[in-house]
Amino acid sequence: MVSTSYRLVRTTTVSFKRGLSQAVKSDQATSASEAPQVSSGGSSLHPQEIPKDAVKFSLKPFATHLIEAPEPVAYATKEQLLAYHRTMTVMRRSEISADLMYKAQLVRGFCHLYDGQEATAVGIESAITWKDALITAYRNHCQQLGRGDTPFTVLSELLGRYTGCSKGKGGSMHLYKAENKYFGGNGIVGAQVPLGTGLAFAEQYLNTGNISVTMYGDGAANQGQVAEAMNMAALWKLPCVYVCENNKYGMGTSTDRASANTNFYTRGDVIPGIRVDGMDVLSVREGMKLAVNYARSGKGPFVVESVTYRYHGHSMSDPGLSYRSREEITEMRKRADPIELVKSRILEQGWATEKELKSIEKEIRQQVDEMTEKAKQAPLPPVEELYRDIYVEGIEHVRGTLVNNGLGNYLA
Amino acid sequence: MSVRYLQICATASRSLLSKESKGFCRYLHATKVSQASNVMCRDALNSALDEELERDERVCIIGEEVGQYQGAYKVTRGLYEKYGSRRIVDTPISEMGFTGLAVGAAFNGLRPVCEFMTFNFAMQAIDQIINSAAKTYYMSGGQIKVPIVFRGPNGAAAAVAAQHSQCYAAWYGAIPGLKVVAPYDAEDCRGLLKSAIRDDNPVVVLENEIMYGRAFDLSDEAQSKDFLIPIGKAKIMREGKHLTMVSFSKLVGFCLQVADKLASEGIECEVINLRSIRPMDRGTIIRSVKKTHRLVTVEEGFPFFGVGSEIAATIFESDAFDYLDAPMQRVTGADVPMPYAENIEALAKPSIEDITQACRMVLEGAIPKEKAKAA
Repeated sequence: MVSTSYRLVRTTTVSFKRGLSQAVKSDQATSASEAPQVSSGGSSLHPQEIPKDAVKFSLKPFATHLIEAPEPVAYATKEQLLAYHRTMTVMRRSEISADLMYKAQLVRGFCHLYDGQEATAVGIESAITWKDALITAYRNHCQQLGRGDTPFTVLSELLGRYTGCSKGKGGSMHLYKAENKYFGGNGIVGAQVPLGTGLAFAEQYLNTGNISVTMYGDGAANQGQVAEAMNMAALWKLPCVYVCENNKYGMGTSTDRASANTNFYTRGDVIPGIRVDGMDVLSVREGMKLAVNYARSGKGPFVVESVTYRYHGHSMSDPGLSYRSREEITEMRKRADPIELVKSRILEQGWATEKELKSIEKEIRQQVDEMTEKAKQAPLPPVEELYRDIYVEGIEHVRGTLVNNGLGNYLA
Repeated sequence: MSVRYLQICATASRSLLSKESKGFCRYLHATKVSQASNVMCRDALNSALDEELERDERVCIIGEEVGQYQGAYKVTRGLYEKYGSRRIVDTPISEMGFTGLAVGAAFNGLRPVCEFMTFNFAMQAIDQIINSAAKTYYMSGGQIKVPIVFRGPNGAAAAVAAQHSQCYAAWYGAIPGLKVVAPYDAEDCRGLLKSAIRDDNPVVVLENEIMYGRAFDLSDEAQSKDFLIPIGKAKIMREGKHLTMVSFSKLVGFCLQVADKLASEGIECEVINLRSIRPMDRGTIIRSVKKTHRLVTVEEGFPFFGVGSEIAATIFESDAFDYLDAPMQRVTGADVPMPYAENIEALAKPSIEDITQACRMVLEGAIPKEKAKAA
């Protein structure tokens, strides 16, 4: 087997350790909190280009619709797997911070956590670049991190602080990173699908060669506007990759209670599709490569169904136990955790020891905890922000709750 | 030169033009208004779209039948032939889908003009207009701009019954983050649509199907390629000192007719064409009411929570309240779904008689005889 012979070759532990600590150091320069752009390792445009030191990993078989299934293998390097491990750990720790802050009543309103689903966000980013547009729904903290934001800014936004990515005016559901083409963060289920289709329309119109990745859930798959958007995407061959995150439950309704056809990768009708293992970052990446190449080559849209799982309930106000069993959640954590899977691959290859990975995780935990504390101390937005960003050019008069307590002279 | 002569010239020169039919004739170019073109509102809108498409590559038109069909109401006539299918996009009948698509395109660098065949159908897409377009700049803390125009005919046409006749001025006018304009004549159509397309915010343009076929003289200035009407400013169509009438869209014409009639009785009405529902030019209305002491608002939409209701609240919240010599009157559509039969349909929409009656109520009602004499 390739992996065994590879391990036999790498027996000089001294040089190996030095190499690893150097990798950790260079990552430290950007700080664990700044999720490295994991796509730097992925060869999204040229799947035939396999890096020299890549190892072949076998994956669960793919199911496909209207297209031949790719071989269930992925070639990945140590750098890539370590980067995926790091990014997913940052995401996991950030969501845990959010959970604790919500329970401490520091985060108000809605809070939809993504822990368990990290491999989907990271797998997507590993197959695209930040020139490609990305949009998703409200369970979007990790997409914001995957697009280059830090836990400090994300957690600030959840706390409604001025240091948040939306200056505290959006909250958990409305995170955006315009300079890296991340368009939210959308609160209305399904509305992001026509929007993402429009992002692709613009890319095609402007002939940029970029694509748009439009994420939605198993619940949103039944929105009529999804079918409308997909019809137009297929008709006009828009460069849009639709990613359906099937985490088995739309709020409290399981997929078999909501969808007559639960094969979400086939729901694009004439649009080809693939179903990937959403708990395995490499499976997501390989499925995405197929989809991204297809869309980027001008053939039209593609649907990727990522079968995944959320450990938390639908939101922080949902214990997540009235429609599924505690045993199911525990089983998924034990059997299919995406971070554990990447770790086991790294350990199997001898690319790091258990101790080294634990030290990376501890370091990340420390940094995220520091950022959490910093976010808790951050200021609320100044009162002027209430009246800012209504119109692009600003606005002179805004009525407040009374005729005379708004901005300017409302009656002018 | 009679208006009829001008109309003949306009028609003749239109047929001489190439198939694109820009709608107004350049052959009669002159500096005097008397030699201006006589242009239908649909052609004024068409020329505005044509000029903005030419000016900015990122402008495109998305909607049903906008391309090959030449536009359901011929507003986009000739544009498909001139600009092609990349920029004039015929969509399937998917309002929610194509509106969201247009908004997403606006997020990502384009300046789409999203046409609704009528605003009645936009109700299917209203979530995208309000939650995706209007609120995004604010929610994103100023990161994502949405330079989109939503346009189409609004309000009652003729004999199209309940589902095809609603006026949406009040609904869209309520939303922070949106701009809402309602052109009356050809000049408004050109200036407001061009301003809307150049505006970096989402703008709703409420046109009127009946007005599409009405022709108006266009001054040279209004014909120029950079003619813009500022959004948020009303126009005083006619000055007066006895009574203020405030209206928008088609009914501005009715107000002007009533003003003419009352002028023969020595009553001088000030007619304000709102042009913008949001932002609304409260200042102009308040100053006018302080001058005339009497106010009538005129709209075609439903009475409750309408534009007139908002103007009433504005008046009594301001010091203009103390200047009123009589309670203001609202003229609105009747509080019924629009019926089909001609006789009762006519009773459901404001008429010249209704507006005149409202004026008389405000002039004669609750005013002591001595004050009435002084006025």
